[in-house]
Amino acid sequence: MTAVNPEVQLNHTPGHVKHDGHNMTGFVIFLCSESVIFLAFFAGYAVLKLTAPQWLPDGVDGLEVRMPLINSVVLVSSSFVAYGAEVCLHARKLWRFRAVWLLTMAMGSYFIYGQYVEWSELSFSLSSGVFGGLFYLLTGFHGLHVITGVLLMGLMLFRSFKPGNYDKGEMGVASVSLFWHFVDVIWILLFLLIYVWQ
Amino acid sequence: MTITNYDPRILKAPHPVPGAPDNWKRFFSFNTDAKVIGIQYIVTSLFFLLVGGLLAMIVRGELITPPADLVDPSVYNGLYTMHGTVMLFLFLFPILNGFNNLLIPTMIGAPDMAFPKLNAAAFWLVPVFATVLMGSFFAPGGPASSGWWSYPPMSLQNPLGHFINGQFLWILAVALSGISSIMGAVNFVTTIIRMRAPGMGFFKMPIFVWTAWAAQTIQLIGLPPLTGGAVMLLFDLSFGTSFFRPEGGGDPVLFQHFFWFYSHPAVYVLVLPVFGIFSELFPVYARKPLFGYKFVAIASFGITFLSMIVWAHHMFYTGTPNWMRHIFMFTTMLIAVPTGVKVFAWLGTLWQGNLRLNTPMLFCLGGLFNFIFAGITGVMLATVPIDIHVGNTAFVVAHFHYVIFNTIGFGVFAGIYHWFPKFTGRMYYEGLGKVHFVLTFIGATLNWLPLHWAGLLGMPRRVASYDPEFAIWNVLGSIGAFMLGVASIPFILNMVSSWARGPQAPPNPWRAIGLEWLLPSPPPAENFQDDIPTVISEPYGYGLGHPLVEDEEFYVRRSLEA
Ligand code: HEM
Ligand SMILES: [Cu+2]
Repeated sequence: MTAVNPEVQLNHTPGHVKHDGHNMTGFVIFLCSESVIFLAFFAGYAVLKLTAPQWLPDGVDGLEVRMPLINSVVLVSSSFVAYGAEVCLHARKLWRFRAVWLLTMAMGSYFIYGQYVEWSELSFSLSSGVFGGLFYLLTGFHGLHVITGVLLMGLMLFRSFKPGNYDKGEMGVASVSLFWHFVDVIWILLFLLIYVWQ
Repeated sequence: MTITNYDPRILKAPHPVPGAPDNWKRFFSFNTDAKVIGIQYIVTSLFFLLVGGLLAMIVRGELITPPADLVDPSVYNGLYTMHGTVMLFLFLFPILNGFNNLLIPTMIGAPDMAFPKLNAAAFWLVPVFATVLMGSFFAPGGPASSGWWSYPPMSLQNPLGHFINGQFLWILAVALSGISSIMGAVNFVTTIIRMRAPGMGFFKMPIFVWTAWAAQTIQLIGLPPLTGGAVMLLFDLSFGTSFFRPEGGGDPVLFQHFFWFYSHPAVYVLVLPVFGIFSELFPVYARKPLFGYKFVAIASFGITFLSMIVWAHHMFYTGTPNWMRHIFMFTTMLIAVPTGVKVFAWLGTLWQGNLRLNTPMLFCLGGLFNFIFAGITGVMLATVPIDIHVGNTAFVVAHFHYVIFNTIGFGVFAGIYHWFPKFTGRMYYEGLGKVHFVLTFIGATLNWLPLHWAGLLGMPRRVASYDPEFAIWNVLGSIGAFMLGVASIPFILNMVSSWARGPQAPPNPWRAIGLEWLLPSPPPAENFQDDIPTVISEPYGYGLGHPLVEDEEFYVRRSLEA
């Protein structure tokens, strides 16, 4: 074959496609998908609650709301704290970011602790009828997300000590913080469904 | 041989080329190149087509005579359950992901997928859940036996009381497969949204990319509920909950909703890419632009949307209230509209075209023919009074095999032959290909056409023994099935021998229009590398004479030099 005609090459403006920078798109797509699994659980909860011949197990007459409410307030406000941390990072106040971020983690951990206390004081178990199963399934699955969120925040905190970590942007922190807001919104729905709608 | 239409000087003596198995080791490694992963997916799934096919041979062997004589009825239950599961989760889903990997990046001019490592991880989950699923055969009490839909209360039976039992492993495998598919879907959608070549607006994308996108959207929305349902089923089976256990206040029909909310759309996850393959191939082999390109593109998302709101048509006979039946009958019939748009677009493309009947085109035409037939039986089944009669009979088996094998399977074979030269750098043998097609077409027709009659006469599905009045249809069906088994021989021969030592393939043996055909065969790592072309026209400009990209000549020459 003959060599490439140089004239043809000259007219040509090669395109470039960057390899990175898709992380946020991918992550948002993932979160949309993840939210559907919660929606499915919520729908299942609603259907079973409306149709089950016996909803609450014998000897149980509802859930205590005060403790979970405090827990919810902590979790929901931690979303704002996380946002605050992002603002600090944006302003390149690294130490302040770390402190506020750590506070978010602490609030998340408090939530998990509160959930643990609540679970251990309940008089019904996973196998106590439809309600018992759904209660532990939903709160447990959400709790797993909270734990994941706290662990991811820990990872981001750890990485913030790496020199030059933010040269390429703050994608990691932004994604984790988005995840955290997601976990919070889900909790609000879950709280309404399980505790408010009794 | 009938390989014509390209410069015979290029048909050099066989010598190793980069796609050939001489550096086969990379196919066994954690490689992140989408083209390697694509081939990994395809070869793995073809292996499982053989496994699933073997199970089907035993099932059909049993059904060739009315009494249950070949295998025990309880073994039979395990066989068809595993057959269906293997075919869906280890053959069709992975093979289409193989196509996605090969075609999406090359068709949109991207160097690779958006997340190459995630891509490789998603693939390597396939052997993992394949092992788990195959492990089901060795579990105490035998494999999962409650059908591929695993309805409770059947799927909650665990008479031997082992924690690890066939059904347990089955659920685990399905959940892992869901995770792998979600990882894939995130990757494909991100790639399509973010990595198209300059100038490639949405309405310059090839239809395959449209359909892949529409299909992966279904995965993203549908798989989570299925996984949720599977988790709940697992809890019921192993951890003492009673979500779906009627004796504990649960609702078995709720599981059916979870299951079909995904599994109806899932058939569109499978068939949409095949619509894409049809839309790519008909214009090439008819030498005409795709008729109604924009409508075909948009219809893909029409199907995605409608497929989400029809699931209860699988539940017409399981206690679904009448008002719900009517709604779902209506929505199901609506889906014929976007599907019809596509069928007419293909017929319009073929109309007065200059048809070239090579193996890929034959498989496409056969697939289209079968699909029209399957569409008719589908609309019959969507009609509540008919479905109440033939639901759960052999008629249903016949219908869905007409879709799942006679359409989707055919489309997959068409795609394999069509893109084989591109990604292996070798031509396949046309003669063997035609033998494969003829055997497959006759075998498939003989296998499933008679079952329609058996079903209409009332033969139930999922039974090892049946009334002798159905014998004739089943004998025909079994002969067809064994023919399909035989058809795999020319196929395997063709693939192995042409990949190893077939004639070297030119970059564009079919004179096709599309970015992938501007690359060398096989394409180098990173595809266009730093010279990504700028797209200037709509795809499928056959006979219109205008270039697809700026400086097309440069790319053509470069692909020839490689
Ligand atoms: C070699 C070709 C094949 C033969 C001979 C065959 C035969 C059969 C038979 C006899 C059954 C059981 C029918 C009953 O309910 O009594 C069955 C079920 C099924 N097949 Fe196939 N099949 C073939 C290919 C495929 C392919 C390619 C797929 C999918 C990609 C597939 C998917 C299924 C599914 C989903 C079921 C339902 C399983 C269940 O009821 O749980 N089959 N097939
Ligand atoms: Cu359906």
